[in-house]
Amino acid sequence: MPSEAVLVEGARKRYGDKDALDGLDLAIGRGTVHGLLGPNGAGKTTTVRILATLLRHDEGLVRVAGHDVRTGAREVRRRIGLLGQHAALDEELGGRQNLEMFGRLHHLGARRAGTRADELLERFGLADTGRKPVRHYSGGMRRRLDLAASLITEPEVLFLDEPTTGLDPRARGEVWEAVRSLVGGGVTVLLTTQYLEEADRLADRISVVDRGRVVADGTPDQLKARVGADRVDVVVRDATRLDEAAGLLPVARAEVTVDVDRRRVGAPVADRMAALAETVRALGAAGIEAEDIALRRPTLDEVFLRLTADEKEAAA
Amino acid sequence: MSAVGTTEAGAVRAGAGASPAYALSDCLTMTRRELAHWARQPVQVLVGLVFPVMLLLMFGYLVGGGRTVDGDYVDYLVPGMLTLTMVFGLEGTMTAVTRDLEKGVIDRFRSMPMADGAVLVGRAAADMLQSAVGLLVLAGVGYAIGWRATGGPASFLGALGLLLLLRFAMLWIGIFLALVAGRPELVQAVQILVWPVGFLSNAFASPDSMPGWLGTAVEWNPMSATATAVRDLFGNPGGEPGHLTAAVVWPLALLLLFFPLAVRRFGRLGK
Repeated sequence: MPSEAVLVEGARKRYGDKDALDGLDLAIGRGTVHGLLGPNGAGKTTTVRILATLLRHDEGLVRVAGHDVRTGAREVRRRIGLLGQHAALDEELGGRQNLEMFGRLHHLGARRAGTRADELLERFGLADTGRKPVRHYSGGMRRRLDLAASLITEPEVLFLDEPTTGLDPRARGEVWEAVRSLVGGGVTVLLTTQYLEEADRLADRISVVDRGRVVADGTPDQLKARVGADRVDVVVRDATRLDEAAGLLPVARAEVTVDVDRRRVGAPVADRMAALAETVRALGAAGIEAEDIALRRPTLDEVFLRLTADEKEAAA
Repeated sequence: MSAVGTTEAGAVRAGAGASPAYALSDCLTMTRRELAHWARQPVQVLVGLVFPVMLLLMFGYLVGGGRTVDGDYVDYLVPGMLTLTMVFGLEGTMTAVTRDLEKGVIDRFRSMPMADGAVLVGRAAADMLQSAVGLLVLAGVGYAIGWRATGGPASFLGALGLLLLLRFAMLWIGIFLALVAGRPELVQAVQILVWPVGFLSNAFASPDSMPGWLGTAVEWNPMSATATAVRDLFGNPGGEPGHLTAAVVWPLALLLLFFPLAVRRFGRLGK
């Protein structure tokens, strides 16, 4: 039995003249949580839909839970759970009716489908809402029910496509909690997200996706090390001294970004406290007045720009 | 085998496959789903049943007086309305299919190991059941306002059969159009177009009373074939023997065209 729960090699998918997937590779070990990180349109959802047998790819090898998605779609479907971007539920039916129906369609039999529905409602804190039609559910409740529906048969591989996009912070926390509770059970999880923080919190490994390809791959720490875990940003009072200030930051000059409009210089740093102290000292010694000096986490944009820039350099 | 596969749910699942028993069970589950919708939305179901009744009463009492039809207009009108209701069923089918597609629930069905056609079979079973109930309600109201079928029980059942056959053809046209259109806006456009098609028939008036070209178009409307044959079987005015073949062939031809188109289109959702 192959050790990968998901194996993708050179997957391509074209829509008209646009390459949604342009030779995507992915290998996800069993029992791990893998994050697929990238902006809108990078190919994350296309990847999930192909893996979940909803969409056929044009070229390449795609295997899920040991079965080819083209020739063994039914085998794959028995072993996966899918949480799409939008709740895939019957809005008119109640929560329990939904879960019971999905249980029957997984061929659990009527009795087992009923007890499984009750178990899941209980587990996701929905036991007292099981009769209410889903269209009256809050966003967080809907997401939890959707997650419950994707766990009916205790899948080997679970796909979560932007599970928290559009949720408020509290509901987001609830979903994260639910995902974390699954991981102990040996489920393999593929999670797509636009949020670095989400991937950071949940994923063992992350693949950064851009224009249908994986441009970087590694543990969250490895990826963050590549872009610098934190940034120092300085807003300089006197715009004419911006360049001078840029030269004083405790990193190579090439790493420093200068934003003239905002009178701001910034750079990724490895040791945050030392870098902050050194910056304050150097600016003071040079007599450059700062309006603001801040340490902050890199944004996804920065991770992304950095990683895609590396990719371009490698190609050049 | 991984740890999760050996749980109870996993063990049951291991025996699941594309066997006929599972296919039947999937179809029943999908039909039950549609019936559960009725239980959840009784008002909507009621409105669906009342609307054709309203049309019947409007045409019977408000518009009907001036019609040039031999015999009692109610006896002419009721079979026409029954036929029209079958054609308008297309809208209900389209709306339901489009709503499912939009909600993403079809995606979940497609990611499950269920029988391929179960989603469509469930839709078909529920719509046919609703149409059969609708027919009986409308026929009951027709009886109350004076409509009488005099053809005998066998002919009566035969007429209901022809009507449901037309509905069955409309069902697959509806599924196909919904899969092609995909969006509610386009469903509305089709709904608007169904009206002239429905009225460009002999449901309300005899083609003899219309200008020549219009009468010809009306006579060629597949719906008119069903209405004429049904009137004949009910023993109502406007019925002519010899239209039975057309009333069977037209819906069958539409079925032969749209059933495979709809099934293929559904299969191509993954393309």
